[in-house]
Amino acid sequence: MNKADESRKSTDESLNGGTPNLAGTRPSTLDPRLVSPGKQAWQRFKRNRPAVISAGYLVLLLVVVVAWPAVLKIAGHCGPAGAAFTQIHDPDHLSNSQFIPPDAQHWFGTDVHGRDVFSRVMYGAQLSLLVGFVGAAVSLVIGVLWGAIAGYVGGRLDSALMRIVDILYSLPTIIFVIVLLTTLGTLLKQSAFVQQSAFWNREVQILLLFVGLGAVSWLTMARIVRGQVLSLRTRAFVEASRSLGAGPARILARHIIPNIFGVVITYIALTVPAIILYESFLSYLGLGVQPPMASWGTLIAEGVSQINSIRIYWWLIAFPGGVLVATLLALNFLGDGLRDAWDIKSR
Amino acid sequence: MYFLKRLFFAIPLLLVISALAFWLVHIAPGGPFDRERAPASPEIERNLEAKYHLNEPVWKQYLRYLDGLVHGDFGPSLKYRDHTVNDIIAQGLPVSMTLGSLAFCFALGIGLPLGFFTAARRGRWEDYAGSFLATLAVCVPGFVLAPFLVVVFAIKLKWLPVALWESPAQAILPMIALGAYSAGKVARLFREGMLNAMQSEFITAARAKGMGENRLLFKHAVRIAVLPVVSYSGPMLADLLTGSFIIENIFQIPGIGVFLINGALNRDYTVVVGLALLYAVLLIALNLAVDFAYTWLDPRVKYE
Repeated sequence: MNKADESRKSTDESLNGGTPNLAGTRPSTLDPRLVSPGKQAWQRFKRNRPAVISAGYLVLLLVVVVAWPAVLKIAGHCGPAGAAFTQIHDPDHLSNSQFIPPDAQHWFGTDVHGRDVFSRVMYGAQLSLLVGFVGAAVSLVIGVLWGAIAGYVGGRLDSALMRIVDILYSLPTIIFVIVLLTTLGTLLKQSAFVQQSAFWNREVQILLLFVGLGAVSWLTMARIVRGQVLSLRTRAFVEASRSLGAGPARILARHIIPNIFGVVITYIALTVPAIILYESFLSYLGLGVQPPMASWGTLIAEGVSQINSIRIYWWLIAFPGGVLVATLLALNFLGDGLRDAWDIKSR
Repeated sequence: MYFLKRLFFAIPLLLVISALAFWLVHIAPGGPFDRERAPASPEIERNLEAKYHLNEPVWKQYLRYLDGLVHGDFGPSLKYRDHTVNDIIAQGLPVSMTLGSLAFCFALGIGLPLGFFTAARRGRWEDYAGSFLATLAVCVPGFVLAPFLVVVFAIKLKWLPVALWESPAQAILPMIALGAYSAGKVARLFREGMLNAMQSEFITAARAKGMGENRLLFKHAVRIAVLPVVSYSGPMLADLLTGSFIIENIFQIPGIGVFLINGALNRDYTVVVGLALLYAVLLIALNLAVDFAYTWLDPRVKYE
């Protein structure tokens, strides 16, 4: 009797978990009954070649971006040749060798002030990636909380919260960001706290970008999470937990949030490139990162401003733009791979 | 009936949006006259503010603004003197709308066939190449694509003009630069829709009854697969029609997108609120049209 139950359950599960065979490859070597959903997702992810290559590229990019300043610093202490290397590649070092096309010394060429473009792209990457990830994290927190509360509480609160999302959806996003950035920016810069500390004075613009971009990117997340929570809330295991006396906070934390993990992580992977794009757009307008610092957006804007019909400094756009596009591509493939791995149906 | 109700509810929604936009632009510190070339004397500034009623409380200004709106008057621009917002819209909107419609046609004209083709060739190299192209289009921002197109096709090859907005040839590059993102998005949505549709039971049933593969794809799958594209095309068209700052800036097109960004930067309150409202109206109307198209395409969809 017990055994029959067991075997029926296993066929049921293999029916439900039948999606891995969609990929058309051999079935997983591990028995699906013994593998957690997370591990199954990982198995599927590993078989998705573009996603794995993208993940590799992103790791490589991160390593180079983190290591490059360290390399420059170390080379500076290694005799005259090393010092020269450091000086040539210092992203803020102005020199007379302007507009040099890419060569052995300047891998990405030099810009209008004779600065090394490779170094500037690497230093710009720090900012662009940081804004992307922190902005996505901000949107994650707001979106998940908003959607989870709306979906779980339901009723009037739900419709009120979702009407707010609808209204924000109908405002042009870019206006919203610009107004938010300028408003908060001026308010913060006037505050005594920021004016007293040199650190905050310098970093306030970046901080604003984090908050501002996160604050406009949570809408879709809230909608997705709400839909998921709505369907999860009525499931039997949640009912069971509630009948055993679990409060809403515990149910949310223990049962709902872990179950929407896959959707959320997938959507985050697609939010990061969107925020990086926004940041580069704002920096392109001159609203984001301010001049001594660089991000991919400001670098591309500098390149665009040098376009003329007499001489073409293609490397000023091609390299920052190329790295930006490659990173966005990788993040998108990664997001697609995660979505397929977690087998998330698009709405 | 349902659509009449939706139309009715759009009015309070627009009121809230206009109030929100109005309030947001007004709480931003600084005013439209801060960046005047000659520093105006306090009296002049006070007179200016009095002329545009900026010295009144915000709610009073908002009511005054609403009163104008009811009469079809978006108010005067605070930055471009002697121009009303109506003038700016009348000048810029036709240009932006022309470019936007072209880009919309480009997006559908490239995106739908590409999505169909990649779905029909699923798993073969054509699928990988096509899908990569679609993802690439989604990942290349306008301010990278536009300079690239200009340098290659206008400066190097000299096939097309560099900028300006006078002859049809000058519309080609901006159309591609503006529409590429949407084309990629449409292709991705349509491919996914086709794949989902091909797995649904009515397709299996039709195939079991001996229907040819081509008829299956073109006649039955497409109708369901196009639904995600239809629901995306509402917001997409609203975005394209209201103009893009980047594209208009790079190609020096006298559209409306430039005014929107400059208005926000210069605290040109009336311009920003007016254009934001215009965008909201477009978005709401197009979303309504999308839902209407749904009932026509998919008879299973019923709105109560």
